Amino acid sequence: MTAVEDPTSTTAPEAPANQVGQARLRKEDARLITGATTWTDNMVLPGMLHLSVLRSPVAHARISHLDVSAAQQRPNVVAVYTGQDFAEEQGSIPCAWPVTADMVNPGHPSVAVDQVNHVGEAVAVVVARSRSAAADALEAIDIDYESLPVVLDMEEAVQEGADLVHSHTSSNTSYHFVFDAGEAGTGADTDQAFADAEVTVSRRFVQQRLIPAFMEPRSVVVQPQGDNFTMWSATQIPHVLRVMLAMVTGIPEHKLRVIAPDVGGGFGGKLQVCPEEVLALLIARRLGKPVKWTETRSESLMAAHHGRDQVQFIDVAADREGNLKGLRVRLLAGMGAYLRLITPGVPALGAFMFPGIYKFPAYRFECDGVFTNKVPTDAYRGAGRPEATFAIERIMDELAVELGMDPLELRRKNWINAEEFPFTTVAGLEYDSGDYGAATDQALELVGYDELRAEQQRRRESNDPVQLGIGFSTFTEMCGLAPSRVLGSLSYGAGGWESASIRMLPTGKVEVVTGSTPHGQGHETAWSQIVADQLGVPFEDVEVLHGDTAISPRGMDTYGSRSLVVGGTAVVKAAEKVVAKARRIAAHLLEASEDDLEFTGGTFSVKGTPGTGVGIQEVALAVFAAHNYPEGIEPSIDAEATFDPVNFSFPHGTHICAMEVDTDTGFVKIRKYACVDDVGTIVNPMIVEGQMHGGLAQGISQALYEEAIYDAEGNLTTGTFVDYLLPSAADLPHFDTGNTVHPAPGNPLGAKGVGEAGCIASTPAVVNAALDAVRHLGVTDIRMPLTPERVWRAIHTGGDGGDRATAGTNAYGGASTESTAGVSTDASSLGGDR
Amino acid sequence: MIPAAFAYARPTTVDEALQAIADGGEDVKVLAGGQSLIPVMRLRLAAPETVVDLTRVAELRGVREEGDVLVVGAMTTHSDVLADPLLAQYGQLLVQATETVADRQVRHRGTFGGALAHADPAGDLPAVALALDAEFVLVGPSGRRTVPASEFFVDYLTTALEEGELLVEIRLPKLGSEWGVRYEKFNRVAQAWSIVAVAAAVRREGGRIAEARIGLTNMGSTPLRATATEAALLGADVSLEAVTAAAALAADGTSPSSDLNAQADYRQHLARVLTRRALSAATGL
Amino acid sequence: MTQINVRVDGTSYSDDVEPRTLLVHYLREGLGKVGTVVGCDTSNCGACTVHLDGEAVKSCTVLAVQADGGTVTTIEGIADGGTLHPMQKAFHEMHGLQCGFCTPGMIMASIDLVGDNPDPSDDEVREGIEGNLCRCTGYQNIVRAVQQAAAEMRGTGTASAPAEAVARA
Repeated sequence: MTAVEDPTSTTAPEAPANQVGQARLRKEDARLITGATTWTDNMVLPGMLHLSVLRSPVAHARISHLDVSAAQQRPNVVAVYTGQDFAEEQGSIPCAWPVTADMVNPGHPSVAVDQVNHVGEAVAVVVARSRSAAADALEAIDIDYESLPVVLDMEEAVQEGADLVHSHTSSNTSYHFVFDAGEAGTGADTDQAFADAEVTVSRRFVQQRLIPAFMEPRSVVVQPQGDNFTMWSATQIPHVLRVMLAMVTGIPEHKLRVIAPDVGGGFGGKLQVCPEEVLALLIARRLGKPVKWTETRSESLMAAHHGRDQVQFIDVAADREGNLKGLRVRLLAGMGAYLRLITPGVPALGAFMFPGIYKFPAYRFECDGVFTNKVPTDAYRGAGRPEATFAIERIMDELAVELGMDPLELRRKNWINAEEFPFTTVAGLEYDSGDYGAATDQALELVGYDELRAEQQRRRESNDPVQLGIGFSTFTEMCGLAPSRVLGSLSYGAGGWESASIRMLPTGKVEVVTGSTPHGQGHETAWSQIVADQLGVPFEDVEVLHGDTAISPRGMDTYGSRSLVVGGTAVVKAAEKVVAKARRIAAHLLEASEDDLEFTGGTFSVKGTPGTGVGIQEVALAVFAAHNYPEGIEPSIDAEATFDPVNFSFPHGTHICAMEVDTDTGFVKIRKYACVDDVGTIVNPMIVEGQMHGGLAQGISQALYEEAIYDAEGNLTTGTFVDYLLPSAADLPHFDTGNTVHPAPGNPLGAKGVGEAGCIASTPAVVNAALDAVRHLGVTDIRMPLTPERVWRAIHTGGDGGDRATAGTNAYGGASTESTAGVSTDASSLGGDR
Repeated sequence: MIPAAFAYARPTTVDEALQAIADGGEDVKVLAGGQSLIPVMRLRLAAPETVVDLTRVAELRGVREEGDVLVVGAMTTHSDVLADPLLAQYGQLLVQATETVADRQVRHRGTFGGALAHADPAGDLPAVALALDAEFVLVGPSGRRTVPASEFFVDYLTTALEEGELLVEIRLPKLGSEWGVRYEKFNRVAQAWSIVAVAAAVRREGGRIAEARIGLTNMGSTPLRATATEAALLGADVSLEAVTAAAALAADGTSPSSDLNAQADYRQHLARVLTRRALSAATGL
Repeated sequence: MTQINVRVDGTSYSDDVEPRTLLVHYLREGLGKVGTVVGCDTSNCGACTVHLDGEAVKSCTVLAVQADGGTVTTIEGIADGGTLHPMQKAFHEMHGLQCGFCTPGMIMASIDLVGDNPDPSDDEVREGIEGNLCRCTGYQNIVRAVQQAAAEMRGTGTASAPAEAVARA
């Protein structure tokens, strides 16, 4: 390929080649910075009706009484539907990943029929002429619940005789998934390794529930046209959604078009077939009118899927010199009340990553998927891999303490060395390329390591109330989802390929169609760079089309840091086909043999006679006219390609966090954050850096701020942004980022993926840093997020900081502790202003 | 979410406002800056029959001096407070606390009087008003009355305002250069409400503390004074030892709530630490 | 219904609105000014930020009737014909956005900040936009963008080269 890094020509708009590697400014921005966007909620169609969803205020109950007649009489209300109305046609929200043959899937109605299993579950839908009329009518719905015992704690839920979330199942365990390296033939016997070990360390870590909290609330519009339906949705997965909706509703796939217009972030949270999408489609079909549903933020927090939620039991075995001997992991993975699209598969994605970058001879992984009366979990940035990375990077620090070794020395001793790639791990994965030592050395320099250690020493000696700690995370992740055959072997319900096509327009302009649907990543820019290089056309002459099943009919969409690795490669393959087709036409036009042609800078010319060629854009016009082309071929140079990778890619990096801990209050503050990542070949360094920043923010936020908390009755206490804390600019540090580049051997771009790296790597670095600051005070663990109270308690009373109180704050009169389902209280505020 | 429907009145004078409240039916809400009320209405935690919007009542906005007293109109916005020259000179404690309220946009709309009338114990300004022994001027159908801060804050979101009454102005003592002040706020993210905060004003005479006023935010259902600390500081040396010893009494007699940000004992601990810090800063230690 | 007269992005409008209509809903649904968006219901996220009579406000926490007689500027009204406002340009050049949903509010809040503080430090920018949440960028490039725009608005040219990332590649 022609890609080389050329930092000198960034601003030359006509530069015909060498786009890959440049920080091209984004094409997407033109509409985003001017407000000329097409968010789904912007859509207005003639006669469009608005949906409002009544949601359960109780976590577990039978619906004993439901009367919607008064709501139906409200002005401007067209219809009110309950679960009974759709019982026969709503089917179940699909689960595409039955991780074991005997996995229990209780089924997931889009609107509850006779029982609710989590707060926020839909129980009725109002259809009205306006958004406000729909919201008003919710208050007129008469519903009573007969309480059932609420199951919230996973460790209690798996006990014998525990109350059941689903009474028709025999336990709260959905599945038991095992990977044993000994049995798989990829490692030694784990029990034996532990029996023989000189040192073992065991820990229990909690991966708290998180909420993806994309900024654009979910929204869906459905327009019925006879027996055809068009759906606009704020989704990451229009292609997957179309297939799944066809299967759920019985609407034939070819009668259904799904469009993801501008989508305001997803982070896995919009990788879903949402109950509200199904309902909007069913209601539009029933009424024959276009409908729109847009969620409020409080609906989003309580009813869109959550992420993480694991209790991790991890044991590591080593000898006294610090050589790793074995790793054992047992997980309780929270499913919530139902299985959604890949709910059970998320922990399975992590199953193979707990060994991290280390050469363990033995490994065993077990996971129980556990039902609770909470909203289902599913993908959230990293999906399974942040959980694995956290556990291994945390316990490496614990083992270092046990052995009295420097945590970095222990890591160096056990990580895969640069010359050992490709390396097959104890989990059976083949890591592709990298150099952990090089990234680490560069990161140490970037952060100013020696200086920080000296300051830490000074603060310790002077008993400074503000202590300093330094934490590492030397991580790798599994990206480029995914080789279809591997997915098949893991019982996933689909493949992992991606599709692209290239259309050469008569004027020489180029349309690139990608099946990887973006929602903020900058595909339009990066794909243009790739195609500009491949075809030798100006960057500006390329338009990237996506997100509409009628325009980009084949695709697997965007998640798992797959877009560039898999989708970008499909674009390269399609471009290669275009060039091959154009070469035949060019040879004909030049009256030369194909073998005598060379293709450089977008021009075919006869070798040895520069300046006598024909440009590929001219070929496009010649093909359009079709007056003069060779016999036996079709007059088109358009092409389509599908790329199915044979292996994952494995970005890696070293992240170093320096953390100040105020031992008087427990307040923690990141002093410095540096990381050096290897994401393979970089197509657009500006976009890569942006992805790193955003990932870091989310990973740090897991460590410090975010937690979905349910109270003892199963109410989501963190039901608004008042209590579900997202950091603002004032709460995050400056990031120093760098790269090493070891191209991925598995794709022609050499790209490894970057979307999830920062989010996966940063969380353990932050927690390790906080612990390093206060370990000399006797602290061995602090549960995430590191609230000031938890840190203070861990310092002053031991333990991991314990549970937080579950009551919401009193802000807005206790807004967050109330159900927002049309409840009115008498909070006696008089024009308050915070 | 959209508020439930309501009738709307937009008076331009206090008299008109009182009339609008009287005419508004059973459940009237007074809209000052609306930065808490509108979210509460959007969440439908409040669904008033009538909203009386004071934003056009010009006489309620602004700061003036009357001898040793600063008179702040109830509809003076947080941004007005931050830009006001009189407050810059004599009202630094209020200015410091106001700087920590929410964010720029909210400070543009939100008002001093609205925040006090809302009486959210996590709000930053009630503790300042209490620490300074502010006087609250209320007008209602039966005339005008003045209520001291110690009687204004009655309970959680509850004040001495009677039905039909309006808070029109707040009278604060001028603090001259002999006073040192500090608003010490503790929260988890920048724009959040206080988990605990301490408003401290200390008057020095020579090397001694002649007077100390300490208000506590979010240490109970109303703002509180740290009376034991104030008493311990009276006549004490300006020294770290004296300040530390007095600050250790800051949580005495408090019974703060427990929520996901802090349990009660941790709030009490924070009150002691923050009081020490506020006093150290206010006394220039 | 209450009649309001309001000037938005240079055009005068006269409409009857329900008193409960939020300014943001009036802008979006009444005037088709869909560049301004709603991201939450507790005034935390700032995505709906517009200027009302010259000050940044969260238009989800202002009633449309309160804007009667006022002047509103949205993200759609800040470019000068075909020329982007320096803040828009800087967000583009510094990669201060990814999904772009928070961007209109972020830009409007940043213009308001620079109006008060023409040369904000890194920390002053971070504090100044504390009322606007972004889930994509980690804020670092937003801070750079605000500082570059501030420099341009002061008339001192660009603060730093946009190609910093290139040098590192």
